[in-house]
Amino acid sequence: MDTFAQQLVNGLTLGSLYALIAVGYTVVYGIVQLINFAHGEVFMIGAFGALSTYLLLFQGQTSLWILPVMIIGAVIASVATAVIMERVAYRPLRGAPRLAPLITAIGISVFLQEFVRLFYDKIPGTNFPSAKQRIPFPRIEGVTGTAFEAGGVVVQKSALFTIGCLIMCAALLWYFINRTKLGHAMQAVSQDPDTARLMGINVDRIIVVAFALGAALAAIAGVAQGLQNANINFKIGFTAGLKAFTAAVLGGIGNIQGAVVGGLVLGVVEALATQYVPGQFGGSAWKDVWAFALLIIVLVFRPQGLLGAKVVDRA
Amino acid sequence: MSPMLEVRDLEVAYGKITAVKGISFSVDEGQVVTLIGTNGAGKTTTLRTISGLLRPAAGSITFQGKRIDEVPAHDIVTLGLAHSPEGRRIFPRMTVEENLLLGAFARNDKEIRTDLQAAYDLFPILGERSQQPAGTFSGGEQQMLAMGRAMMSRPKLLMLDEPSMGLSPLMMKRIMSTVDTLRSQGTTILLVEQNAQAALKLADKGYVLEVGKIVLEGTGKELLTSDDVRKAYLGED
Repeated sequence: MDTFAQQLVNGLTLGSLYALIAVGYTVVYGIVQLINFAHGEVFMIGAFGALSTYLLLFQGQTSLWILPVMIIGAVIASVATAVIMERVAYRPLRGAPRLAPLITAIGISVFLQEFVRLFYDKIPGTNFPSAKQRIPFPRIEGVTGTAFEAGGVVVQKSALFTIGCLIMCAALLWYFINRTKLGHAMQAVSQDPDTARLMGINVDRIIVVAFALGAALAAIAGVAQGLQNANINFKIGFTAGLKAFTAAVLGGIGNIQGAVVGGLVLGVVEALATQYVPGQFGGSAWKDVWAFALLIIVLVFRPQGLLGAKVVDRA
Repeated sequence: MSPMLEVRDLEVAYGKITAVKGISFSVDEGQVVTLIGTNGAGKTTTLRTISGLLRPAAGSITFQGKRIDEVPAHDIVTLGLAHSPEGRRIFPRMTVEENLLLGAFARNDKEIRTDLQAAYDLFPILGERSQQPAGTFSGGEQQMLAMGRAMMSRPKLLMLDEPSMGLSPLMMKRIMSTVDTLRSQGTTILLVEQNAQAALKLADKGYVLEVGKIVLEGTGKELLTSDDVRKAYLGED
């Protein structure tokens, strides 16, 4: 029972991370029907943005008030990356065949990884370490170390931080989408872009908002990942991005609640599989296999995803 | 006085296919003007070009003295031109009220709530079901919503694309009498219809389109009694 509870905690932590990233895939897909495979790199750059903020302003310090500043640095780095990416790489391809932006996305992904790997220590005016090796992520009081132990279950403070971030972001996102004018405009564009334009909605602007929104959440996930793993590298976006994409598809691509549910389900399944699949197929070496097996099973039996968009159109 | 809307020598093409081949027409303030014609005549293409969703290959569109054929679609509505599109195109997964408020998206004044109430007065069913997802509505109800939504921008000129499409005769009557009401309240209307009879009865002026060209024009009455129109569109011989 203890091990089950422990794996559940681990799974929810991992799942919260996936969910935060998955929202970015799903929001952008919902608006422009584009799978932005470079979104994992937006997450990675968020982690580096937080690290850079720390190295520039707070080196050697550990107090908790630094964390919000690091998060702001992360969000700025990620949002800037995403917005520039949209403007430079995707907008010129609007109206092009679907394959073109998809290939572009893979290209941007490779570009951003290599850019960080090769140039992170060469940014003028800074003294950053080389990103060719893993870089230790700052330890911040209050969000690193053990939070509490109950009945043999260990809960890390970074896990509480990650889950807390997901809850807060999900609540804010819900409010934004359902209760603000801009959120309603986003829904309108995702349901019928041409008619949205007739309402006076600038679709290009809404697309930028979607990219920025997804990037902000990915940035927060980047900080959470850094705190959990205690170090970051230029490759963290690849696996996390792929898993988060899986989570988005699992929940029903285009559906925001789906992305959150899909992320949590994927994280929990992965953690439980590590523990309970017996013999040579068990253990952490096989966890990715089980995660993707789950995706395949869902796609076979419920291709629209767990919470696939309810279709009530009868126009 | 110059017309409220003037379209001159308009040509619109989809790739190599020209759908609208140099048409000219005008709408005066306070009028109901109708474009009639069969499927594929270029009626919807013309409206979509006026709204900025399509770009003309040639010709000009002038609204209240200002050229609008280069204005982006999302800025057209702020000029006072609203477009209720073919097939109604309501936002199915949003509520009736959210749909109506999106019609006022470009506005920022304090009277939006007043106009929401006006839409509910015009179509009481919208008020009764304001919190229901619009996708669950019948065709006629969706048409009411689409018209109400277009009116929420307080347009000077309302463009209606086939409002009677797929409706029961009773519902069609209801929609057409609403068009009349809106006109009497001061809205100028450009009405596109396949149902020529109903449209011409209302219209001050009508234009008949055939494969991208205007083949006939006149007052509503003239066209209603014209032999050509009766043969081609009113099913008489």
